[in-house]
Amino acid sequence: MDLTLKIVIVDESPVRSAIIEEGLREAGYSHVVRVAETANLLARIYAIDPDVIVIDLENPSRDVLEQMFQVSRVVKRPIAMFVDQSDAASIQASVDAGVSAYIVGGLAKERVRSILDLCISRFNAFSRLQAELEQAKTALSDRKIIDRAKGILMKAKNLSEEEAYSLMRSTAMREKKKIVEIAQSVITAAEMLK
Amino acid sequence: MSGARLCIGFIPLVDAGALIVAVDKGFTAAEGLDVELVREVSWSNVRDKLNIGLFDAAHLLAPVAIASSLGLGHVKVPIVAAFGLGLNGNAITVSPALHAAIAAQADGDIGDPMVTARALARVVAGRRMQGEAPLTFGMTFPYSTHNYQLRFWMAAGGVDPDQDIRLVVLPPPYMVESIVKKHVDGFCVGAPWNSVAVDLGVGHILHFVSEILQRAAEKVLAVRARWASENPDVFARLIRAHGKAAAYIGDAANREEVAAILAAPDRIGVAAEVIRRTLDGRLKISPDGTYRASERYLLIGRAGAARPDPVHAAWLYAQMVRWGQALMSAEALAEARATFRPDLYDSILGAAPLPSGEPADRIGAFTGPAFDPNDIGAHLNGWKIRRR
Repeated sequence: MDLTLKIVIVDESPVRSAIIEEGLREAGYSHVVRVAETANLLARIYAIDPDVIVIDLENPSRDVLEQMFQVSRVVKRPIAMFVDQSDAASIQASVDAGVSAYIVGGLAKERVRSILDLCISRFNAFSRLQAELEQAKTALSDRKIIDRAKGILMKAKNLSEEEAYSLMRSTAMREKKKIVEIAQSVITAAEMLK
Repeated sequence: MSGARLCIGFIPLVDAGALIVAVDKGFTAAEGLDVELVREVSWSNVRDKLNIGLFDAAHLLAPVAIASSLGLGHVKVPIVAAFGLGLNGNAITVSPALHAAIAAQADGDIGDPMVTARALARVVAGRRMQGEAPLTFGMTFPYSTHNYQLRFWMAAGGVDPDQDIRLVVLPPPYMVESIVKKHVDGFCVGAPWNSVAVDLGVGHILHFVSEILQRAAEKVLAVRARWASENPDVFARLIRAHGKAAAYIGDAANREEVAAILAAPDRIGVAAEVIRRTLDGRLKISPDGTYRASERYLLIGRAGAARPDPVHAAWLYAQMVRWGQALMSAEALAEARATFRPDLYDSILGAAPLPSGEPADRIGAFTGPAFDPNDIGAHLNGWKIRRR
């Protein structure tokens, strides 16, 4: 592992790039630069002069990096790790995680393998975090809808909270729907009948 | 007919139309194909995912298909293009300041690309005398028609695109922002980005690329050569579905419906009206409301656009040689030509002669001698400005 390598992270998500930077620093890499702004990207990368560039696959600026392959302009030619066909498992892991890395200036692939592996695992961790956050948000809003519908039923049909809930649950089961869908129809109906 | 599942990548552009209509109008389903369309953000992603087999087929820049077959700047993966998704469709847009400078230097009709190219040369010379920074133009990819069309145009007026100006790659959605922030003075890009710049008052469309070259292969339906030979039946069905879809788009009576299909959020995701303007080839070219119309602006499913033409592959390869991306060799030329497969097109869809009224050399450049695909050396020697 070569800890002196200079690494640039090109990512529009500041949270994700912070997570990656932290991971790289924890692993001992001290030369890490994050680039979020896409304007004049190539000039900025040339100025930083990195050994390795990490970029997310959902970033349209990947095409900007392709210009570095053009021999006429620069001496250093980067290699995309993503397209090294010798290692199908690594490619699959990269694509699944949504990250790609470019090695600049003819470094041996083995020297940066650990960097890519680390980025892949950090990208995956970020995706998991995001999914969990999304789930929590949905659960919270479902909860609110169900509570509102419960209140409407309790008032309209003079039911206890428990009775109102079990009425929605049995209706949901009978109609093969989610309880939140039934709750939403209760709210919609109540608004129409206002 | 057995069912087959296919995963096909595309970039949200109007010239992905035949692919999108093939799937969304049910032409692929009628051929027993279950197609998943995957929208991508970069040509690098499309190329890489096609190359490593994550995509069975892709909407691809014609020169990227050739570069991939030749292994230029990248791994070598032979590609087969048996269906042309579109000819032309790009435009050159410049900032109001550069437009005014070109107009001031023009010695004739500013709609004439030779007049504007010469005027650009004078603007460039004037800036150099004043010690000003060189002009910067944006294009979409090193191996793109946009890159070659810009270079072909300006070099004809005496501007060396590598010495006199700067050319930078920009993802199409960033073009307009870049001209607003004065990071670029102009760009060559496909629809709808030129219109967006004009509508915002930050750009003038100087030329439709069809004014520079009457017929330029823009996007192809690309598959790996190996996949095509291992799945000839599925491939044929895919091409047949595309034949029907392209003909559907080519029929002007269907434009309203086609524009609505393409406008869907998970397809191109822009207003149907903007797509309609592109299909009609009628674009506002100036913030003052001037319009320009051309039947040739974007050709899909008409004027013989769907049948891949090896002459176009040869022309694109000649540009790669002219600008130092590829070395000249007879083998590479043959490989480039063999990427485009009219023989496969004919065997699946039936032979289709080029309609009358199309340019004799099948390129129709605005300047220079007719293109001879068998003598690229002569074509290159005809140009003063080129890399060696």
